[in-house]
Amino acid sequence: MTDTGSDTRANAGPAPTLTGVGGPVPGYDVERVRKDFSILTRRVHDDRPLVYLDSAASSQKPTRVLDAERDYYELHNANVHRGIHVLAEEATALYENARDKVAAFIGAPRRDEVVFTKNSSEALNLVAYAMSNAAASGPEAERFRLGPGDEVVVTEMEHHSNLVPWQMLCRRTGATLRWIGITDDGRLDLTTLDQVINERTKVVSFVHQSNILGTVNPVATLVARAREVGALVVLDGSQSVPHMPIDVTALGVDFLAFTGHKMCGPTGIGVLWGRRELLEVMPPFLGGGEMIELVTMEASTYAAPPHRFEAGTPMIAQAVGLGAAVDYLTDLGMDAVAAHEHDVTAYAIERLTAVPGLRIIGPPDAVDRGGAVSFVLTGSDGRPLHPHDVGQLLDELGVAVRVGHHCARPVCLRFGVPATTRASFHLYSTRSEVDALVEGLGHVRRFFGT
Amino acid sequence: MKLDSMYQEIILDHYRNPHHRGLREPFDAEVHHVNPTCGDEVTLRVRVADGVVTDVSYESEGCSISQASASVMTDLVIGRSVADALGLEREFLALMQSRGTMEPDEDVLEDAVAFAGVSKYPARVKCALLSWMAWKDATAQAVGGIPEQETDR
Repeated sequence: MTDTGSDTRANAGPAPTLTGVGGPVPGYDVERVRKDFSILTRRVHDDRPLVYLDSAASSQKPTRVLDAERDYYELHNANVHRGIHVLAEEATALYENARDKVAAFIGAPRRDEVVFTKNSSEALNLVAYAMSNAAASGPEAERFRLGPGDEVVVTEMEHHSNLVPWQMLCRRTGATLRWIGITDDGRLDLTTLDQVINERTKVVSFVHQSNILGTVNPVATLVARAREVGALVVLDGSQSVPHMPIDVTALGVDFLAFTGHKMCGPTGIGVLWGRRELLEVMPPFLGGGEMIELVTMEASTYAAPPHRFEAGTPMIAQAVGLGAAVDYLTDLGMDAVAAHEHDVTAYAIERLTAVPGLRIIGPPDAVDRGGAVSFVLTGSDGRPLHPHDVGQLLDELGVAVRVGHHCARPVCLRFGVPATTRASFHLYSTRSEVDALVEGLGHVRRFFGT
Repeated sequence: MKLDSMYQEIILDHYRNPHHRGLREPFDAEVHHVNPTCGDEVTLRVRVADGVVTDVSYESEGCSISQASASVMTDLVIGRSVADALGLEREFLALMQSRGTMEPDEDVLEDAVAFAGVSKYPARVKCALLSWMAWKDATAQAVGGIPEQETDR
């Protein structure tokens, strides 16, 4: 496992080298950042301050994003791409402007490579369904065609959203699903990479940063192998785009899926980025208004990307909100965000490792690792505590964590645990919130340990 | 603290020392139920003889609420007629759906009254119901179906 962690950062854009516990990031005033999120001042239960450690499930939204959505509805609301009145034109401009912002944020060479979807799941399903729809398309879609004998490769650490669509695709087409396993340290086991990704592989789809383990995967290594065999590469960036600088060209992938609500944007908006030459020949997934060119009763031709993949009235207000979120992140600077989150993560790992009876499920250090830390815990009598009980008691103390299998049940099976407790961080998380978590875990152990 | 209404001492006792645990023979039906969101699982067997639930055995994995509930449920239904046990299931279900508004009858529900506090926590209601739903499913299989009026909710 020596080659898994060394090259990811270099390929994820100009992120700083992040290893070990550094300390607060100079120039990053987290207390000031927190003032942008009024929800973080909430008090819960017995007037306890909210300690929100569930950002991997959904991030909080800064005032600017809320204002952008409200402003859109109060001043500009209309349907897009139709009508010639002032509001329709403004709404269209705002919606398309959000596309520009997203494109710039991920380093997309062209704005029309950005397809708005409902969320990451829809973005990934879009590719998977386009691939089975390719069976009934013309020769231009040959690249996407799958059948018996072909193979689809994922990893054992996928979120269900990047596993189930491929299982379904394999069922529809007769292709075979294969996967890269996980080491005891929560890294991808690349020892069998050349066997798993082989001449039969048509598509490799994997998670950039695991939502349950926190692992940041070596994109360059997997892309290089996929290129050797001519496979398409899909990257699930749901947990990476919100937390680190991303440049799709540097990553070298064909598709990138991510979701707005984990990156300080609204729910209901996600993105599929795809290389232009692929989107141009990719069959549509959903049919309807907006995605067509010419329609007769017998048949239709389809619009050019991105509209070919945006059937129906899109998520206009949500796109506008996502654009505001992208502005917010850009102003903070994704390098600074990544450095700050790394500091909190490294501190959390250091403190959690010292909690008696606690076992981290995932990389035991902060190298090539994002701010999602899963763990299991035993009570002071040595019995395993179920994460549900852990989360319930933490909640009573105002500490919000996620418990369960985090939509990554195969990871729980791999590590032989029914579920985990997960603390996850974002640009507004602090070391003192980690302290509150650790203090709460002491209480939990005593409560159930008698 | 407020949570004491959920984590009653009776519940913690059943959690620490569960009754009737383990899978036993003979049995007429076996089921496997899961709570997909939290990973709780139970494998449960039912033995019915002459219309009486003579044994319920189980292996389960889950939180204290789901574990304790399985233990309490077996105490309640073993030895009862299927009809009576189904009546208890309906009573318990009503309690769990009451959002803390129902005063349970201890003469009927015995230790299960301790779960009244759980009904105030919507995310945990399904934990308390997991083993009951598994038992009902297994019993239906064992007796070849439960009449419609018995399944009314």
